[in-house]
Amino acid sequence: MLITLDINRARHSLDLDPRVTLLDALRHHLGLTGTKKGCDHGQCGACTVLVNGRRINACLALAVMHDGDQIITVEGLEETGASALQKAFIAHDGFQCGYCTPGQLCSALGMLEEVRQGWPSHVSPSLEPHPVLTRAEIAERMSGNLCRCACYPGINAAISEFGGAAEGTTSEDAA
Amino acid sequence: MKPFDYYRAADLTEAAATHQPGSVFIAGGTNLVDLMKLQVMTPDRVIDIARLGLDRIEDDGDGLRIGALVSNSDLAADPRVRKRWPVLSRALLAGASGQLRNKATTGGNLLQRTRCPYFQDLATPCNKRTPGSGCAAMGGELRNHAVLGTSAHCLALNPGDMAVALRALDAVVEFRDAQGIAHAHPIAGFHLPPGTTPDVETVLPPGALITSVALPAPKGDRQIYRKVRDRASYAFALVSVAAVLRLERGRIVHAALAFGGLGTVPWRDPAVDALLTGEAPSMVLFDKAADLLLHPAQPREGTAFKLPLTRRLLRAVLEEATQ
Repeated sequence: MLITLDINRARHSLDLDPRVTLLDALRHHLGLTGTKKGCDHGQCGACTVLVNGRRINACLALAVMHDGDQIITVEGLEETGASALQKAFIAHDGFQCGYCTPGQLCSALGMLEEVRQGWPSHVSPSLEPHPVLTRAEIAERMSGNLCRCACYPGINAAISEFGGAAEGTTSEDAA
Repeated sequence: MKPFDYYRAADLTEAAATHQPGSVFIAGGTNLVDLMKLQVMTPDRVIDIARLGLDRIEDDGDGLRIGALVSNSDLAADPRVRKRWPVLSRALLAGASGQLRNKATTGGNLLQRTRCPYFQDLATPCNKRTPGSGCAAMGGELRNHAVLGTSAHCLALNPGDMAVALRALDAVVEFRDAQGIAHAHPIAGFHLPPGTTPDVETVLPPGALITSVALPAPKGDRQIYRKVRDRASYAFALVSVAAVLRLERGRIVHAALAFGGLGTVPWRDPAVDALLTGEAPSMVLFDKAADLLLHPAQPREGTAFKLPLTRRLLRAVLEEATQ
């Protein structure tokens, strides 16, 4: 089936079997191997990309269902101005092996946009006011991204610094 | 994945006309694509309904009408839901991950399949996956299995959080059948216990498509969703409680308690609600409610822990809700 994907602001036409996931379309059909395949079952978050601005698991998405959608992968982060987040991951030791990092980065960007829109989380004390980006909020909101090197403190610190700066909010420990 | 034909439906009529035996509808796909990879589900035809436009939450008198394609994220974040139906927001936020909630839909979430490991393992018998093949969970390793509503053929747990809140809120599931006729079915009785046909999980006839969920005005202002799980986030419920209560002059005048992690369907026992209604809250009363709720439970090795856990959780939730 012929589809068009807008990936990192470039249009790509692809002729795909409907079984091809968005993840496999990126990696195998377009050579964009920055997005990683961890569990391939929606449990680890390594495949997280932004689709029309929202983070999703690319492994559970059929590519043909995203015909015409705007997709941002780790390869496109620099031009979205997210290189500061990548630098924060380096500064805070937000990885060891680095395999989960592309998914962590995309997920963090999607998550911070959700906070900007005022979405509550499971750990938000109240559903009413605008959520404050605490360490506990980051941990809860990033729980769909596993890191088997267990770099969670560094990941949290990196997102806290980047998100805190972008948000103008504090990143005090609430946990 | 087994090969399938893919169709993208432009409207409800086309979706219905394209459906035939062996077809499935796909929206968020977070559960279905996974099961297709595992070949637990092997549809001949996959009909994409994601662009049908059923993605709005509309005011409906004093209630809401939630489009079937509203994402779990959008529903949880809706200001109306957060204000008047907070138990629904809380239930949604307690489920899955941020990525999954962005993709998962209201209609699809109601139809999510059990996470019984034997259902997902093609090497073992499962009456739900292959009717008549047997149940590997009987005598197998149990933990995330049901203790209420089970049968001799199936112990599979309904894994939902959202559905538990909808059960306590008396939601109504609205769907079109294959002939295009609109139906509305209370969430009570929408999910079917396994009985002798564990493969039949809801009242939806073949080819039917959920179009919306109607949410009536809340009958209680004290709403709590509390979920106990094996880890703090991103895990299915061991036990969860959705409580919707109203108190007048120190007495409970409305009680709706629904439970996740316990039943083969989102569990609610009208007798428990009736026991609480009209009474003044007390620990003795809450214990009686737990006795009544758990009386028909059939725990096994591996799931027996759920009974004392449910009792403690119920007491804590009722204590908080009646303060």
